[in-house]
Amino acid sequence: MKLLASGNEAVAMAAFDCGVTLGCGYPGTPSSEILDEFSKLGGNAEWAPNEKCALEVAIGTAYTGARALTTMKHVGLNVAADPFFTIAYSGTPGGLVVISADDPGMASSQNEQDNRRYAVAAGVPMFEPSDSQECYDLLCEAFALAEKFRSPVLFRMTTRVCHSQCIVDRRLADAPLAKKPASFTRDPKANVMVPAFAKLAHKRLRADLHTMQSLNEEGKYTIEKNNSSELGIITSGISYQHVLDAAPEASVLKLGMTYPLPLETIGRFAAGVKRCLIVEEGDPMLFEQIMAAGIKVENKLEEFRFGELNVSRVRKLIAKDTTPEPAGAPGKPPQLCPGCPHRKTFEVLRDLGCIVSGDIGCYTLGVMPPFSAIDSCVCMGASVTVGLGMRHSLPENEARKVVSVIGDSTFLHTGINGIVEMVYNRPATGHVVLILDNRITAMTGCQENPATGRKLDHSPAYAVSLENIVKGIGVDNCDVIDTTLETEKFAELLKQRLASNDCSVIIARRPCILAVAKMAKMGKN
Amino acid sequence: MSKVTNIIAAGLGGQGVLKITDILADVIFSAGLDVKKSEVHGMSQRGGSVSSEVRFGEKVNSPMVPAGEGDILVVLDDSQLDVARPVLKDDGIVIAPADVPTDKLATPKALNVMLLGALSAKLPQFDESLFLAALKRAFPEKLHAANEEMFKLGRNQ
Repeated sequence: MKLLASGNEAVAMAAFDCGVTLGCGYPGTPSSEILDEFSKLGGNAEWAPNEKCALEVAIGTAYTGARALTTMKHVGLNVAADPFFTIAYSGTPGGLVVISADDPGMASSQNEQDNRRYAVAAGVPMFEPSDSQECYDLLCEAFALAEKFRSPVLFRMTTRVCHSQCIVDRRLADAPLAKKPASFTRDPKANVMVPAFAKLAHKRLRADLHTMQSLNEEGKYTIEKNNSSELGIITSGISYQHVLDAAPEASVLKLGMTYPLPLETIGRFAAGVKRCLIVEEGDPMLFEQIMAAGIKVENKLEEFRFGELNVSRVRKLIAKDTTPEPAGAPGKPPQLCPGCPHRKTFEVLRDLGCIVSGDIGCYTLGVMPPFSAIDSCVCMGASVTVGLGMRHSLPENEARKVVSVIGDSTFLHTGINGIVEMVYNRPATGHVVLILDNRITAMTGCQENPATGRKLDHSPAYAVSLENIVKGIGVDNCDVIDTTLETEKFAELLKQRLASNDCSVIIARRPCILAVAKMAKMGKN
Repeated sequence: MSKVTNIIAAGLGGQGVLKITDILADVIFSAGLDVKKSEVHGMSQRGGSVSSEVRFGEKVNSPMVPAGEGDILVVLDDSQLDVARPVLKDDGIVIAPADVPTDKLATPKALNVMLLGALSAKLPQFDESLFLAALKRAFPEKLHAANEEMFKLGRNQ
């Protein structure tokens, strides 16, 4: 069956057609659509509170022999890094694939880290698809490899691969694989990573990586085009597509499995051309590994490490042309929607001259005029703890101005620990945490979360209570207010809390206008 | 290398920019050509600049239109012309709201469909029936009649 599909849709189709028992993740651009699409196809999918939970649930599923998929954006893998490194040692009998959707150019992220580094650091095999068809085909290969070696596989996508649509042959559509039967076999030596067993597991992992390299040398995941002997280009991911347009005369070695690398194949290819250039987006990850193997290749100039590549930039990269790239007039930046419930909240924070420790979500747009009311933004959950650090060190009159601002989904993701820190290591001036509860995970496209009362597929679920969480932890005050309807009252309350030495939480609760429209369309309250 | 045609749609979040390229890509796919479509999601919504690109031909590689190689640029908001212009070739075609009878729009939301009609007139290799069928697939049935009317107003201006 041929159809037009984005990379994310193609991954969802492959997961369904490969008999994945559970897909589990946390929303994050550009990965967010995968699990929604998987669910629409009939797959069993869930949003976890964060990426660490998602990966761990997937690990548990794969321990039973079933196939499991976990999805996240690049920074999500930082949160899930703890289980990721150790599951590389123990592995799972069922296929376990971790999708990392990187965002070179930061279309919607706070950094452009290159998660291919995680494959090397953890010793996890990695695939890099370059279009939707490869998303489909290589995900099928990833599950097969995962089970063959009892190893998790990192499936590294990027914004353009996730969101570009191409024609896909969904070749297993008519005969999808059945889900694997689940059962648990006791095997502490394989599954319990205490030092005695982990030492053995690490040796096995390194030996397996050698075997995987030999497998990669067979060429199943590699495309080689032998054209000019003047210029050879080694590439992977979306860069391959740009290379085909930018240098149709070049010889090309395109790698589908980029860890462990097929170094013999690469050495042979490099020896056959006068100039062998590495064209990769982001970090010089291929370059460093290939050079470390003693193969002489040429790296891109530093200018091309930043942002996305495209055909024009690849042409310049090949020509070592560092003249500035032509740019159009700056586009209109995104802003908080008209009618957004965060607007009144940020007006008050601005007018009170607060020092606002911000977090990740739509509300980060509160940094833009006319609000200009976000003073820091690091990572998911950091608003609470960064605010506490400021409170601990600032002189009292300044400390009293510090407010932490965090969304409902972000609070459940990694904000809860910050509340524990707040009541345990209380700043002398107390602290104020504002939870902007718009009843949805808005920025990534209105996904459900544990507080919305609905599951990923919008069916009813238990709704976690934010009030009960913070009260249970032991904050001094917890108020719930609609800052749009009661703006004055909110300003008074905030002033009062800032003046006290209490550890306070104020929940600013009003639904996201986009979510209200979306839910109405689906017939959900 | 075979000829690849590059179409770009640009506007503001909420104007239905992506719908134009969705329908266009569907038309090209149904005509049996290779096609790729690219855009950036996420923060670019929320009222900010949005652009989306479609490339088609016998074989398409990169999903992104190289700067200065766009054949046709459709802008839904005049403010986006200067933003998107560098992607267009020197003799590229611009289709803007001024080129269609916007006074006959049943609702401002239908501007994208009217501009799609104008775009379709520049792509004679694809029969009108392919556009009308793809337009139907892209919207709920209650909008079909109104959409067809807006499309034809744009196409036959």
